[in-house]
Amino acid sequence: MLSSTLTMLPAAIINGVMYGSIYALVALGLTLIYGVLHIINFAHGAMLMLALYAAFFLFRIFSIDPYLAILLIAPASFVIGYVLYRWGIGKLSKGKDQNILLITLGLSIIIENSALFFFTGDQQTVSLSYSYDALDLGFLFLSYPKIISFVASLMICALLWALMSLTDLGKAIRAVAKERQGARLVGIDVEHIFAVTFGIGIACLGAAGCMLLPIFYVDPYTGNVFVVIAFTIVVLGGMGSVVGALLGGFVIGITESVGGLLLGESLGQIGISLIFIIILIFKPTGLFGSRV
Amino acid sequence: MPKIPYFSTTSRRKFISRTSATIALASSGLSIPMIARAASPVKIGLIHPATGWAAYPAAQLRYGALMAIADINARGGIKSMGGAPIEALLGDSQTKPEIGAAEVEKMNEAGVHALQGCYQSAVGLASSAAAAKYNIPFSIDVGVSDKLVQRGLPNVFRMADGYGRIAKDAANNLGEINKATGSKAKTVIIVHEESEFGTGTAKLMTAALKEHNLEVIDSIKHANPTRNFDNVALRIKSAKPDIIMPINYPGEYVLLAKTLRQQRVDFMASYSVLGGGFNFKFVNDMPEIAENMIDVNHWYNPGSAAGQAMRARTEADSKYFTFEVYCAYMSIMFLADGFERAGTTDSEAVNASLAASELEVDFMPYDKTNMVNGQNMGSRAVAIQAQKGDVQIIAPSKYASANAVFPRG
Repeated sequence: MLSSTLTMLPAAIINGVMYGSIYALVALGLTLIYGVLHIINFAHGAMLMLALYAAFFLFRIFSIDPYLAILLIAPASFVIGYVLYRWGIGKLSKGKDQNILLITLGLSIIIENSALFFFTGDQQTVSLSYSYDALDLGFLFLSYPKIISFVASLMICALLWALMSLTDLGKAIRAVAKERQGARLVGIDVEHIFAVTFGIGIACLGAAGCMLLPIFYVDPYTGNVFVVIAFTIVVLGGMGSVVGALLGGFVIGITESVGGLLLGESLGQIGISLIFIIILIFKPTGLFGSRV
Repeated sequence: MPKIPYFSTTSRRKFISRTSATIALASSGLSIPMIARAASPVKIGLIHPATGWAAYPAAQLRYGALMAIADINARGGIKSMGGAPIEALLGDSQTKPEIGAAEVEKMNEAGVHALQGCYQSAVGLASSAAAAKYNIPFSIDVGVSDKLVQRGLPNVFRMADGYGRIAKDAANNLGEINKATGSKAKTVIIVHEESEFGTGTAKLMTAALKEHNLEVIDSIKHANPTRNFDNVALRIKSAKPDIIMPINYPGEYVLLAKTLRQQRVDFMASYSVLGGGFNFKFVNDMPEIAENMIDVNHWYNPGSAAGQAMRARTEADSKYFTFEVYCAYMSIMFLADGFERAGTTDSEAVNASLAASELEVDFMPYDKTNMVNGQNMGSRAVAIQAQKGDVQIIAPSKYASANAVFPRG
């Protein structure tokens, strides 16, 4: 029994890395929004679910491959996120953080129940022509959708890192995150930066939704399945850190997978909660705890 | 179809005498409520997880229940109560037992006369216990834990089968199918969800399969929801069982089936027990994966005209004809029949009437209703198999529409 479990360990680690990269993408949006706006977006899961539905309907109606749909859904998500913050959340909150929390919480309830009304609770899945094609590693069949999701997630993380580190926009975002009054004094349009950051966060969700659809299912509550994981990754990686989110995603993905293998799929989830508690006790700022 | 006395017989003499008495009473200034106003509605509370991960089966249950209520009202309501219409009160358990129990309290305040629910056994246990405080008749539409009807509560009834008898039938059917092909299958791996439904059924199946010389070599429990079944698939692949037996809810059922295909896991048959995801939608959406998968579950009687008519109505409404639809329909018919024979909403009388039910539901593969301690002993689950894009009953032979394909093609 033990020997067969150990034989499966490499496969479990690879699976963990594959899923971890997608978890990281979900967490990226959360960590960026927190890092800059200093608030938790409670509508994160609901917005991920909307992205999954967008990818699903593009596939069902126009036969657009979910991975190609990233090119449509991510920019559209950015625009929706920008508009939502600039003329919705930002205006209604009147600059108070607690108001933003309540608004995003309310938004999640509205989105979930609207989805239930319009899309029903029926779980939807897609089967692509290559859904079951896989790379044979000898000890594991690595499906093409998972490989594509992994590579695409890494590329998006790299792009985001470059945006934050190498561009003026990135500098402005970091300046606002660090000292918003100071940023305002040097001429940065803080409200615009808030909205841009919110938009980027939602765009990450848009991309994550496209990558999740071929390997999971969508219903009005799917977002919640991933958002708890995303919170743990944000705490582990450090609020506002892109690199932290990516590494945190890998750690959580591997922990979930190896934990499931060693302790069983039910009890194995305990590893994620343990990491959450340990990080909060010993390194509350997370592994890369500096703000954006 | 349910045999409910729709029209009472009368005679010219009775009619004249009753009419004269009524006119006399009316002219003397007295009033008779039954005649002066329409009969008060019989209120039935429907408690289902309308929001949360089980929202789809809940919507199907509501659909089936409301269809039954509409049918009964269209036929003139509860005749013995002056044509009292049935009124549905809708409750949302949100998949949580405590919320389900709270819904019972709210509905009791609203004057509910009977309750129906709850899809999840855990919610059914809490809600029916709350209803027992007020002795409100409670019909379990879907909920397989036998604990639901083993607590000695006189107000709780279940028309469909529980997991005890289903496990026995499932093991017997599998044993017979296996024997017919030379007993090629020897080993089984059970993959089950972690709550009362999955754990309880898995335990019963492990014991029942032993009697048919089928050894359960591993029993893999998983959480709800589970994001990734790769480890499970690899574990199954490594153990090389002849049969895989999923016992779980819709999302995980489908995800597991997809992952087994992705990981090229080889087995003789997928033989699920109460597989939440095995239905016409699954067979339509993923015909290649579904082909030759077997499930033991609640199922309608395709040989009955009423069953076919109900399926046609459901599909005309752009809905899949899942077991929730006809189980909920049947449960409402059972309650309505109870009120009809009791002729009152008095809970004690209705509970006694339900306990003595002999309702016949020919759209299900059931015998005449025979309640023993709240459980209908006339019910049965059947073994069904996806064959060429359709679902066929393969056992028991009385209802079989096709032979089993075993081992799978």
